[in-house]
Amino acid sequence: MEREELKNIIECLLFFSDKTLSIDKLAKIIEMDNYDKIKGAVEDLKKEYEIRNSGLQVVNIAEGYQICTRSEFSSWVRKLYKSQTTFQLSLPALETLSIIAYKQPVTRGEIEKIRGVDASCVLRTLLERKLIRISGRKKLPGRPILYGTTQEFLRYFGLRDLSEIPSLEEIKPPVSG
Amino acid sequence: MAYTVKLEVFEGSLDLLLHLIKKNELDIFNIPIAQITSDYLNYIKLFRRLNLDFAGEFLVMASTLIHIKSRMLLPFIETVEEEEPEDYQIELAARLLDYEKFKEAASMLKEREIIQRNIYGRLPVIPGEEDYTIEASLFDLVDAFQRVVFRAEEEVREIIQEDIRVEDRVREILNLLENRRFVNFERIFSGQRTKRLLIVTFLALLELIRLRMVFARQAKPFGDIRIYRAKQELVAQG
Repeated sequence: MEREELKNIIECLLFFSDKTLSIDKLAKIIEMDNYDKIKGAVEDLKKEYEIRNSGLQVVNIAEGYQICTRSEFSSWVRKLYKSQTTFQLSLPALETLSIIAYKQPVTRGEIEKIRGVDASCVLRTLLERKLIRISGRKKLPGRPILYGTTQEFLRYFGLRDLSEIPSLEEIKPPVSG
Repeated sequence: MAYTVKLEVFEGSLDLLLHLIKKNELDIFNIPIAQITSDYLNYIKLFRRLNLDFAGEFLVMASTLIHIKSRMLLPFIETVEEEEPEDYQIELAARLLDYEKFKEAASMLKEREIIQRNIYGRLPVIPGEEDYTIEASLFDLVDAFQRVVFRAEEEVREIIQEDIRVEDRVREILNLLENRRFVNFERIFSGQRTKRLLIVTFLALLELIRLRMVFARQAKPFGDIRIYRAKQELVAQG
């Protein structure tokens, strides 16, 4: 298959898909097992959009790719979709999520110890939003439930994978001189 | 223009303590306990005066602070096998540092959330009436079941002694689906008058889903659930 043709096929797929497509998924659809070649074509496409300074971009989130609008033009898109609900996570939810993201798998008790606040309500919300999942049970008395983050978590925050969040050591607290 | 007063609301006792430390530009490792304790207690008094509901853990933190303070006032006798006041302080500092890091991580996530909200991808095609394509998760099923139980609890008044087995309910659910492609989740439970029957029915449903003989699907997340009969060839394949 010509490189140009491959790139065009991928462009169609990334444009039309309503969720991110992994290299694996693309390879299955295109029926091609040369992952490097597919990845190369996706990256070429990504660069093309950047060079062209397009209103669209190839994003690489949640371990996959998708063609999305650029944030600079969000206000125009919002005019088109007035009814879209604007949901934002609360600060406690974000704090709890960050603890889970770094310490997973983690129990409710461990989360509460760090934040010093009851976490049951927040955990329920996060589970409902499918940002976290129950990943198992800890081998401790009472077998407490362990929580971990989901693909939806990566998608929601536009993360390629978990390695994209800075390590705890890298985070410099602003105070504590 | 309306004049609004914004009260800083604290999520927890650590949050409040951190706020006081930052406000007074203190060093986490060397907190002037006397000062911070009185500041902290002042806030609690303020909460009371404002009739704000605050959790008991605020009082736990207050007592910890007072404890550290009182230990520092007392002469320290080495023979006593108790932790030195510094130890409490170090532990508190470690907790604060830990918490602060996650707070920072949370604000990083917040930034990402804001950026991400402005990037739009193609929306999923809005499902039509027959487009029940999302497989309901166990949580969805449990949620739906809880609603059924809740409704039943209002209706059920009598106690009936019945012996019903999961296998029987499995067969009945399959019978219900015999001439239909799907039934609504609630329909499966209609006529089930006791809590015990409801639970047995739910277990039967879970078993059928596990065996992939039926599928629980939704048109949208948190939407209502329909139970679909698996196609014959699927059952044959196992």
